[in-house]
Amino acid sequence: MLYFILRRAVFAVVLLLAVSLCTYVLFSALPSDPAALTCGKNCTTEVIERNRVRLGYDKPILEQYGLFMEGIVKGRTYGPGEAAVHCPAPALGYSFKRHQCVTALISRSLPVTISVSVGAFVLWMLLGVGLGVLAALKRGRWQDRVATGFSVIGISLPTFFVALLAVLIFTVWWPVLDFPSYTGILANPWKWAKALVLPWSTLAVVSASTYVRMTRNGVIEVMSEEFVRLGLAKGVRRPVLIVKYVLRAALVPIVTIAGLDFAALLGGAVITESVFNLPGVGKLAIEAVVDSDLPVLVATTLVAAAFIVLANAVVDVCYGFLDPRVREG
Amino acid sequence: MTDAIIEAIDLVKHFPTGKSPLLHRPTALVRAVDGVSFTLERGRTLGIVGESGCGKSTLGRLLGRLIEPTSGRVLLGGEDVTAATRSDLRRLRPRIQYVFQDPYSCLNPRHSVAESIATPMRIHRLYDRSTEQEKVRELMKRVGLNPEHINRFPHEFSGGQRQRIGVARALALSPEVIVADEPVSALDVSVQAQILNLLEELQASLGLSYVFIAHDLGVVRHIADDVAVMYLGKVVETGTAADVYERASHPYTRALLSAIPVANPRTGRGRQRTVLTGDVPSPLNPPSGCRFRTRCPRAQDHCAVEEPALVDRGQGHPVACHFPEDDILLGGDPVVARPIR
Amino acid sequence: MTDTPLLRVSDLCVSFRTPDGVVRAVDSVSFDVHAGETVGIVGESGSGKSVTANALMRLNFGAQVSTTGSILLDGVDLGSLSEEEMRLRRGRDIAMVFQDPLSALNPFYSVGDQVAEAYRVHHPKARRPEVRDVVVESLGRVGIPEPIKRMQSFPHEFSGGMRQRIVIAMALVNSPRLLIADEPTTALDVTVQAQILELIQRIQQESGTAVLLITHDLGVIAETTERVIVMYGGRVVEEASVESVFEQPTHPYTLGLLGSVRSLDLAGRGSLRAIPGSPPSLIHLPTGCAFRPRCRFELGEGSPCGTTVPTLSVAGHSRSACHLDVTERERLIAGVDG
Repeated sequence: MLYFILRRAVFAVVLLLAVSLCTYVLFSALPSDPAALTCGKNCTTEVIERNRVRLGYDKPILEQYGLFMEGIVKGRTYGPGEAAVHCPAPALGYSFKRHQCVTALISRSLPVTISVSVGAFVLWMLLGVGLGVLAALKRGRWQDRVATGFSVIGISLPTFFVALLAVLIFTVWWPVLDFPSYTGILANPWKWAKALVLPWSTLAVVSASTYVRMTRNGVIEVMSEEFVRLGLAKGVRRPVLIVKYVLRAALVPIVTIAGLDFAALLGGAVITESVFNLPGVGKLAIEAVVDSDLPVLVATTLVAAAFIVLANAVVDVCYGFLDPRVREG
Repeated sequence: MTDAIIEAIDLVKHFPTGKSPLLHRPTALVRAVDGVSFTLERGRTLGIVGESGCGKSTLGRLLGRLIEPTSGRVLLGGEDVTAATRSDLRRLRPRIQYVFQDPYSCLNPRHSVAESIATPMRIHRLYDRSTEQEKVRELMKRVGLNPEHINRFPHEFSGGQRQRIGVARALALSPEVIVADEPVSALDVSVQAQILNLLEELQASLGLSYVFIAHDLGVVRHIADDVAVMYLGKVVETGTAADVYERASHPYTRALLSAIPVANPRTGRGRQRTVLTGDVPSPLNPPSGCRFRTRCPRAQDHCAVEEPALVDRGQGHPVACHFPEDDILLGGDPVVARPIR
Repeated sequence: MTDTPLLRVSDLCVSFRTPDGVVRAVDSVSFDVHAGETVGIVGESGSGKSVTANALMRLNFGAQVSTTGSILLDGVDLGSLSEEEMRLRRGRDIAMVFQDPLSALNPFYSVGDQVAEAYRVHHPKARRPEVRDVVVESLGRVGIPEPIKRMQSFPHEFSGGMRQRIVIAMALVNSPRLLIADEPTTALDVTVQAQILELIQRIQQESGTAVLLITHDLGVIAETTERVIVMYGGRVVEEASVESVFEQPTHPYTLGLLGSVRSLDLAGRGSLRAIPGSPPSLIHLPTGCAFRPRCRFELGEGSPCGTTVPTLSVAGHSRSACHLDVTERERLIAGVDG
């Protein structure tokens, strides 16, 4: 088992390196001149050239990549002399548009994204799996039809639509909630939660729908398995049968998929954050696209990819814990 | 002079498996078939019996080169199948066809009977469309199906009928050899006999040779002229059906025969039998020397040292055992084995 | 043998509503099993034998299932019990062994846990050491080597024969009065099959459990059962002692079945005696006798064979469901065998 974990960890690191290289090279292949993007309207060729040197854009690609990676470990100084700016490790770049180290930008927005993601994840799992199990157990009856109907609607509606609708209903027509804004959890937990209710619910409704279907199908399939019938034949009580036999088997694939979905969310729930104006990583990324702020874009892409790679590795390892058949001796 | 239609020479098939800790390289080999040789003469049926994991199905697939052997050769009418080039193989394939076990998964549910049977013909571009339809109908009649059902789909037929379709498909290219891998195991008892009768009748009228792979010794006894008993990738005993069933001398064959329940309440009960202890060892790590020694009631020290060769040791047919049974089985109920003292 | 049978099934009917129509899986099936007896139910696919077995434990449920008739276990009508009362009997008074040991065991829990569960369900107050002892003893009794070590292993770590032993251990841990074995050896190799059958017989002798063995293999029936019930098309067509069934069958289907199995043993080639056609679809059963389309003794047009379902009646040493006159049947059957 240890070997398995070790191997997955090594693989994850290798993958991360590959992803970072690809990302970096990809962005360098963009037609626009990265140095020219560093300044706004008051650009002179002089400023552009100066920035080019400061940010290292005059060097060959691989060397730039090397410096970039080095910066993650050691921190990086951009430009010579007193105009130099130093970003402490892990330095993911420097944004001229905002005059800040990218790492600082990300570390400010990450807690927001995490808050949104975790809350939404918990909600959607409870909702999705719960409804899915209900639908499966009451197959063919009205509970099943309602749950399935809900899931179809949820899957069909685009996130932004649900988000806007939620805002409209709960802050305008029936103003029980304020328009969402972000307060740190440590500052004021109650306000934090209240502010995030709408984003959480939006994401939950949209994501839960897929899980309702998956859970329903998974549970129905497992219920027809022989070992469940044997459990019944042993005299096991129905609730125990459902949890110990049916759910235990049906949830394994669902939990692993959920892990991956959660990781994707951590990369930035772009639409939700935009609509609700929450300063998370997703919103940061969108703004960077609009502003053509390349360093920020590279960094956010990398962060999102890192979460996914990590989640994959974690999920793989967890699968071994969850399903004894997969464990290697 | 023998007219050998199939000759298997030292066939070996190892499947790599297992994963080394870091690099995922295979660490072990499943020795599915580990040195099997036999000859099948034209017009005869060779029955290959054994329990699960003995390698009989893998052996069957090797004969038509459905999988590549790790080493060894297969000769079909003198021609080397294993060394054949793609074009040679294309020419050779129609001569050896297959019938498989599960009539429910062997037919493409979206293909009508006509398509299922005609596909091999089309691949080898044998006939034009109208002749093809005629040939398909002919084949259907031959196997006992109503040619008017030619456009029906598999789910509209019973298990036995689907197996007949499988047989018709196997006959489409006028093969010389048919390898049947458990062709009746998935069928009801009352239907098994029908299919066996059909196979026998086809053999008589078309001069077919069969390699009949099965775990049901009763069925094999009936249909086979020659029998090979397999255990963990090797043939442990071989000979004519009478040799193996009435004069079995390998302890495994004896145990196998004695384990078959006898459909006779008076003689079946309380008869002496050898019930083997333990489970079949893993084909990843077969026992040294004779593979059967870990479960053999007659095993001695020597058995762990030297692997017994498949030769005639005085019984009249080849046996791979250092200490084969000498006593002849009693007459009367030939399927019952004598107790091992 | 006491007079009141342990199990008395009367007029059991089980039907399923499917999109293709109503499937009459079991139709007016009646039979008895006495304490300590081994009774076999033999039939092919669609004969209704497995559905009957499931009905005995009330494992058929759902909106589409309809079960009528009575099932008396020790005088108590199982159909009248509430679900909770029935649950208490499952695994305690009446237990079941399934066909495929791989899929019958829960892959997520160790075998020790599963055997323990079988015991705990009916002994909820049992304490850990007691349960542990029971599990070790159970596993040892069915021949699992090193039970203390192996009880922590998972089902996929055992071979097919071992798994079936574990399933048997689970079934017998509460010493049930009746053990239903539904095709217990069909998925196993023949040498392993012999081991398992021997195990079932040994345990049965030790504990006096009655066994209802369901199979399609006539050899297994001959060697292990005392009485036989032959099913076809959801109905019982013959019922007799095992010797009578094999030596003097009184139903054309039984005769045909024996014929196709026996002729395998005949030396030399020649046509096997096959029964033409296939077992019937339970949705479109023929009117009258279900076996009629394949019966060589059919009485022909206008006879009751095509219109009336035959009921079980005494014929020699057995009971069978056939319209043919008994003496006429004996003559015809003897003629075939000779």
